[in-house]
Amino acid sequence: MDIGFVPTAQPVGRLIEELNKLPGIGPKSAQRLAYFLLRMSADEARSLAEAILAVKERVILCSECQNITESDPCLICRGDGRDGTTICVVEEPLDILALERTRGYKGLYHVLHGAISPADGVGPDELKIKELLSRLQGRPVAEVILATNPNLEGEATAMYLKGLIAPLGVRVTRLARGLPFGGDLEYADEVTLSRAIEGRQEA
Amino acid sequence: MARPRVYKTEAIVLKGARMGEADKLLTLYTPHLGLLKAVAKGVCRTRSKMGGHLELLTHSTLMLAQGRNLDIITQCETISSFLPLRADLWRTSCALYAAELVDLLAAENVENRPLFRLLLDTLERLCQAGDGELTLRYFELHLMDYLGYRPELGRCLGCGSELEPVTNLFSPSAGGVLCPHCSQGQPPGRPLSLNALKMMRLLQRGDYATASRVKLRPELASELEGSLRGYITYLLEREVRSAAWLDRLRREASQKGTHPGLEG
Ligand SMILES: [Zn+2]
Ligand SMILES: [Zn+2]
Repeated sequence: MDIGFVPTAQPVGRLIEELNKLPGIGPKSAQRLAYFLLRMSADEARSLAEAILAVKERVILCSECQNITESDPCLICRGDGRDGTTICVVEEPLDILALERTRGYKGLYHVLHGAISPADGVGPDELKIKELLSRLQGRPVAEVILATNPNLEGEATAMYLKGLIAPLGVRVTRLARGLPFGGDLEYADEVTLSRAIEGRQEA
Repeated sequence: MARPRVYKTEAIVLKGARMGEADKLLTLYTPHLGLLKAVAKGVCRTRSKMGGHLELLTHSTLMLAQGRNLDIITQCETISSFLPLRADLWRTSCALYAAELVDLLAAENVENRPLFRLLLDTLERLCQAGDGELTLRYFELHLMDYLGYRPELGRCLGCGSELEPVTNLFSPSAGGVLCPHCSQGQPPGRPLSLNALKMMRLLQRGDYATASRVKLRPELASELEGSLRGYITYLLEREVRSAAWLDRLRREASQKGTHPGLEG
């Protein structure tokens, strides 16, 4: 990676190079961050370094739902009062946090770790789809909720999963798609509006 | 072509990559600026007013402002989002394949209105029912045409004689067809049956309405597909990733004895 001329000590150059690899961090931000880290106390720096190592060493994927966890199975899969007959399929671990904040869902989850994106070389084999299908074998799962993102890749993934799961006799549902709360009707795009009309309910 | 500080253009969204917190770096195809990379700020938030108008495979009118490196989208409005296409995995995938080809082969900042029109027509055609195969073959042949890679289908590229009604050779490195005589000792190509040659000519020279009415046997469809893919791979010097995905969908459907575009 070309980070331009960096008139600085070699360890700082290396740090800039590493930070530059992070998503959304360009060469300029990498330099700013590096000099910020340089001014940290030794304790703060060590604590940050340890936190980074800890996620690599201690965080694993739950063998059931593929969510990131410290213990296997994860807290949700082990949790009392969770309804094991419903599985909500999401793209990323962060989606679980968002859904859990609603406190409205009591079933289990499954994390795909991405969505189908042919031009990026991401197909079913790159996602945790095999793992999802094996969870459905011989278990009393009555419903799979497809909660992939409401964009083209998320929709493609949902359509593909529906084709795999529906023949197993499991009910397959999709999160309702409609107008975002707090938005203006006039700014809504054609896809959102037409789906909001399709999904209308008794007032 | 030089562009003003603030300008308006039609565009089809070919690709989007997340950038930072909620921004996206979009690859667009436009009528007079060709491929264009631009930034859409904040579109990953569900409350973004622009998000839905900048989804993949959307045809929109955009206002852009020149930025230091990349231009920034300031306003947008959907012209068409090709709704029927989005409801079907196979046709969505066909459209993604067309978008990937344009992204890989077209040039930045080069006006190519016929190519823009072709992509738009292809997306509209993929909204119609059907297996989409001839729509893609028509797209591939005309894309080659508009980019200066039109394959020669009339005369042998070796000896210049008119092609006989026999099995000839489709040679990507020659840029078209070689007669059986000239095929000897040439780098490997694919045998091209007479029916495949006729169909390719019809797709290349005829209008879409006529060509798309032909019913192809599966073997002929896959022969055409294979020959054109060989040519495209040769030009790109790499595989087209979405093509592997189309193969997979075809394979999975054929295990059920059907074509992915013809399933319920
Ligand atoms: Zn779990
Ligand atoms: Zn010849």
